[in-house]
Order: sequence, then C-alpha cells, then structure tokens
Amino acid sequence: MSVHIGNAENAPSFPRAARAALINTQLRTNVRNATNIIQAKRNNMTGELPDWEELREAGHAIKNHTLKYLDLYLEQFEANVTRAGGMVHWATDADEANQIIGNIIADCTGKEIIKVKTMTSNEIRLNDYLENSGITPHETDLADLIVQLGNEDPSHIVVPALHINRTQIRDIFQKKIPLHELGIDNLTDDPQQLAEAARLYLRHKFLTVDIGFSGANFAIADTGAVVVVESEGNGRMCLTLPDVLITLLGIEKIVPTFRDLEVFLQSLPRSATGERMNPYNSIWTGVTPADGPSEFHVILLDNGRTSVLANGEGREALNCIRCGACLNVCPVYHQTGGIAYGSVYQGPIGAIVTPQLQNLEHSRSLPYASSLCGACYDVCPVKINIPEILIFLRGEIIRDEQRTLLGKFQLENIAMQAMALVFSSSGLMTTAEALAKFAQGPLVHDGIINRLPGMLSGWTNSRDLAPMPRKSFRDWWLQREKDKGQ
Amino acid sequence: MQISLFVTCYNDVLFPATGIAVVKLLERLGHTIIFRPQQTCCGQMHYNTGYQRETIPLVRKFVELFADDEVIVSPSASCVAMIRDHYEKAALMVQDSQLLVKVKQVVPRVFELTELLVNKLAVEDVGAYYPHRVTYHPSCHSLRMLRVGDAPLRLLQRVAGIELIELPNRTECCGFGGTFAIKNSQTSSAMLDDKVHCVLDTGAEICTAGDNSCLMHIYGGLHRRKEPVKTIHIAQILASTREEPTA
Repeated sequence: MSVHIGNAENAPSFPRAARAALINTQLRTNVRNATNIIQAKRNNMTGELPDWEELREAGHAIKNHTLKYLDLYLEQFEANVTRAGGMVHWATDADEANQIIGNIIADCTGKEIIKVKTMTSNEIRLNDYLENSGITPHETDLADLIVQLGNEDPSHIVVPALHINRTQIRDIFQKKIPLHELGIDNLTDDPQQLAEAARLYLRHKFLTVDIGFSGANFAIADTGAVVVVESEGNGRMCLTLPDVLITLLGIEKIVPTFRDLEVFLQSLPRSATGERMNPYNSIWTGVTPADGPSEFHVILLDNGRTSVLANGEGREALNCIRCGACLNVCPVYHQTGGIAYGSVYQGPIGAIVTPQLQNLEHSRSLPYASSLCGACYDVCPVKINIPEILIFLRGEIIRDEQRTLLGKFQLENIAMQAMALVFSSSGLMTTAEALAKFAQGPLVHDGIINRLPGMLSGWTNSRDLAPMPRKSFRDWWLQREKDKGQ
Repeated sequence: MQISLFVTCYNDVLFPATGIAVVKLLERLGHTIIFRPQQTCCGQMHYNTGYQRETIPLVRKFVELFADDEVIVSPSASCVAMIRDHYEKAALMVQDSQLLVKVKQVVPRVFELTELLVNKLAVEDVGAYYPHRVTYHPSCHSLRMLRVGDAPLRLLQRVAGIELIELPNRTECCGFGGTFAIKNSQTSSAMLDDKVHCVLDTGAEICTAGDNSCLMHIYGGLHRRKEPVKTIHIAQILASTREEPTA
C-alpha cells in the first residue's frame, strides 16, 4: 500500500514554509479578516444553543462508537447501497482509488466531469490523475473553482480560497474564463459581478457534462444514504443532473443511523460557516428510475485510515467532520494561513491527521506547529482533544528518533537529556544555575541579553531576555530560615 | 492552613520575586508556608516536546516529595496544568500502578495560586494596594486547561488603587508555547507581535498574568521595541501593600 496525502510527502517543513507565508502581508491580512468574520458568526450560532456542550458530547460519543465498530457499519453500508442499486468499490490507497474512478469514467462516453467540493479527491490528487488520462475535471464550488483556475493550493478545509482576495480573483477569472463568450466585457472586482461570471461559466457545464463527482459529509450505515451539505446549490446540480454519479469517501465518514444526523446537521453548519443550517442538504439513497443519475458508484477509501484507527492514542483524529473551526480559532493558522501545512488538511486538525495517515513517515514537523494553546479543542464540535494528540505524536517522533544513533546524538536530544539530569536533583539544579550565571556574563549587555548562540538564537531573533537574577528563590528562603533560627 | 509551595524551576531561578510574593501574600492571610528544597521541575518542557520517558523520574519525584502535604500551591497555571492533565497519563504510559496510585492521591491537592485563593480559601479581597494601570493577559493554560475563569480578575478588581484595563483579543495565545518559541521562532514572533500591539493599545503601565513564562515572552517583545511597559506576575500585585509596595 502506498499512502499519498496530496503532495504532503514532498512539502517543506512547517517552519520553512511558514517563513514564506509570514512575509506575505497581503496573505496574512486576508486570512485574519476572513477568520475573524467566520469566527464571530460561529460564536453567535453556537452561543445561542443552550445545549451546545451536549451536542459536542453527543457528536463525540457517536463518532467514538462508530470507529469502534467501523468494520460492521461499513459492511452494513455496503449492503444497503447495493440493495438500493448503487455500486460499492473499496480502495486501499490513493492510486487504487484513482484507477477505480478512471475506469468508471472510461466506460462512459463523456470526457469531462463536474465536481462538488471534496477534500478527499484533493487527498488522492484526482484532478492531476484525470488530466493525465485526458479527462477534464471542473470544480463547481466557487472557491474550489478559483483555486483550480488559479493553479493555487487550497488553504482552508471549508473555504479553500480564503487567502485570495477579490482583486486577485478578478485577475484569475480574466485569464482563465472566456468572459467574452459569456457576454461579459468589463469584469470588475465587485463580488456580485465575480459570482455572476462564475455562475454563467458553470451553468453551461452543469447542463452539458454527464458525469458528476462528489465527496460525502456523512454516509449512513442503516439506510445506505449519502449526505452532502453545501451553500451554493452547485452540489445539488452535480448530484442530480448528470447520468452517472461517483462519490468518494473516507471510511471514517460513516454514521450508524439516519437519526444521528440530528446531531451533526446542527453542529456542522454552526461550526463551519456560522449558519443554523446549510442552504442545501442533499441526501440520496442508491438510484431511482427516471429521477437523477441512473448509475451511482461509491468508493470507500482507506489511504492510511485503518492504521490511524489501530492507534488508541491518535485515532480520535478520525472523528473530524471537517468544519474548519479549529483553523479559524488557531493563532498559528492566523499568522501562516493554510498552505504552510503542506497538505490538503490544514491547521490543527491537519497537524494531527496528515502525519498520522502517512504513518509518521512524512510531515513530522506538523505536530510541532502549535503552541498547545488549546483553543482548537475548545471549539471542536466533536471534542477531539487536538493538543493531547499533538503531544502524543511528538512523543512518537522523539521515541522514533532516539532509536537511531544519529537521533541520539542530535543537539536537541543531548540538551534534553542534560536538562533531565539537572532536574533529577535539586543539588544538580543549583550547580547548573551557578554555571549558567557564570556563562551568561559575556552575553549580558546593558543589563539585557539580546543575542544568544545556536539553537537559542531563535529566541533572541525577536525577543530580549532578562538575565538571571543574582539570588534564586531558594537562596532567599534558605537565608530566611537561617535568620529565623538565629 | 499549612500550604506547601511548589515554586517551579523557572520561577525559582529566573523569577524569585514571584515566589517571595506568594510566601508574603499567603503569610499575610494567616497561612503557614512550607518549602521543600528538594523540589525541581514538573517536567512540562520535556513532556510537551515529546520527551515523555524523561518526564517519569520528575513525576515520581514530585508525588513522593509532596505526598504528605495537604495543600500544594504553585504560581504557575502552566505547571499545574501539566501536573493535573498529564501526570496520570504519564503513569499509565509506563504502566506503573504504584505511581498511578500516588499521582491520584497528590494531584487533587495541587492548586494554582488564584484558584487556591478564590475557590479553595474563598478570598477575593487580599488587602492589596497597587496604584497602577494594569492589563491582564489570561494565559492559555489557566484559561483552557485549568479553567480558572474570572478568579484572577476578581482578585485584581479588589486591589486598592488599581486601574484595570481590558486587553483586546485577550484569549489569544502570546505565542510562547515552550520549545515552540524556538522551533517555530518566526511564527511565534508574529504571534507575539499581535499580543504586544494589543498590550500597547491598552495604554497600561503593567501587563500581568498568572504565568511568568508568557510574561517572559511578552516582556521580551516589549523590551526589544524599547517599550516601557513592565510585566509582573499577579502574585506580586496581590502581595503589594501600602506599607510594602511592589515596585
């Protein structure tokens, strides 16, 4: 099995990628403005519910239960989809999923597909695969269309074009959409005009392309139904107009019963876009003669998920319903935006999902891309303890590194072992303190330390440090005890 | 009440004035302080960076040293959060059931300073006097791990002479995050930039918090910009009186 998560295996480390993002002030302003708006809406919508905490608890419980019996629910889902006239395919990794999808399309007459927003297809890099096979995929979600036409990387799991502002969007449309053919002469950066241009461009695709493609927000085991929620109506078109519908979903998208939607259809829209309900909620089961697609395929994708499932400490990462609330609240994401995470899954949730799916072979800097402030855990609608999983993954990475001789002799490891030794006794701590006071002498200028050597220069690049005071608390206390005794 | 002080390693060595303030404050309120000089570090830096195995001796040391103390106080939300949220997990990780028993006995007796005052000792007016313009930064670990809520603010509101100014975006992290400040130095600095601007917007002379780790970070940013705003631990404000004011 070869797991690919977008292009994460070739992405630069987070600190390196972040450097590029941090000097892009336009990007940082766009990200900050957009996340502020979504967060304020989300806070209003969750705040108005008296049972918000219970909803989080319920979501957590349903997801945990489902993961525990996932094999059974998956088989139940497969049986029910098949009974309703759909076809179920199982894909162990990205390559297999792409081949299955490619084969289904090869059996059709059309050479184009229309897609409703699906991150899972970004995960397997479906668009690249299809283009190489001579098939043209059209993203129909406005933000995904912008990202696709602009050759950009998505920077947010819900609003992938969050880092691009309207002037930049106008430039992309002017370059990539045949505006003149659509009767548009002078496109400005007015949002209404931009949306109208996209609408006219897409309308033609909706009416002519006969293969639809989607992901899924939920897949219901006891009925075989699939659920897609969206805001623009493009999804409804992709799901109902074409003759063939292909749905790709990660195996963790299963919920046991229809009734479970009661919880998630409240908590997802409120967390994701700050809406009480999504404008479009599409739920369909198999095929229905003379109504909608006549052929329906479901691809159940593993791509590393079962290995995450086997991990007792990290498996809750699979509970994610992809609302993006943890991105919007994250102080790290606010600074860097999503592209620095080098994955189709960004922000705090990306930092625990991406490396785990790859069995910690890549993206090992991601668990460290957090100050562990805990804001992500507070907003998560299914109560994933993200900070706890970040710490656990850091432990896995360190334990792994310490297994090699090179890792053992890494500067950080040596420093950490030395510190552990120092803290093992108060006597050693006092000795180390005396040494440090001696060593800091040449570093102190005008009563402050503003330049440190080596690894520690990371601190003094932007921050000063007060030197260690002459006497410690311990010195004061022992002196006081002595004085009392006299 | 007899209260045992876990001063924490960095307060001991880098911020002795905070430990001294805790002793003076609690003694003024009629309590007796014990300090066990064998204490060192809670192990948070190691644990959070991934060196969890290396934390175990420190966990063991802590629960053995404080085994007989009825109440243990620490002027660091971050270290108390480490003890409360991770010690049990650490014991489970090495499958040491004896250690787990000890952890379960000691951990419920460990309190962060403002938590101890407001929730356990039921005091809000500690008789402090501090005539300065102050803004309070709620540290992430006090806010989201210990859930101290408004305990620190209730204490500050009862300080005579103080002018409290609300910090904009106060719940957002200052960017310290332990080794995060080094490993992701540039991102951490950008976060600090935002925090420093918020502090400056208040026009306060003093920025306070329940954690010297965050304050060390915020001070580092303020001082680099040559801003005169000072940072001071909340214990030092609460310990300040007319007779013996904290500078």
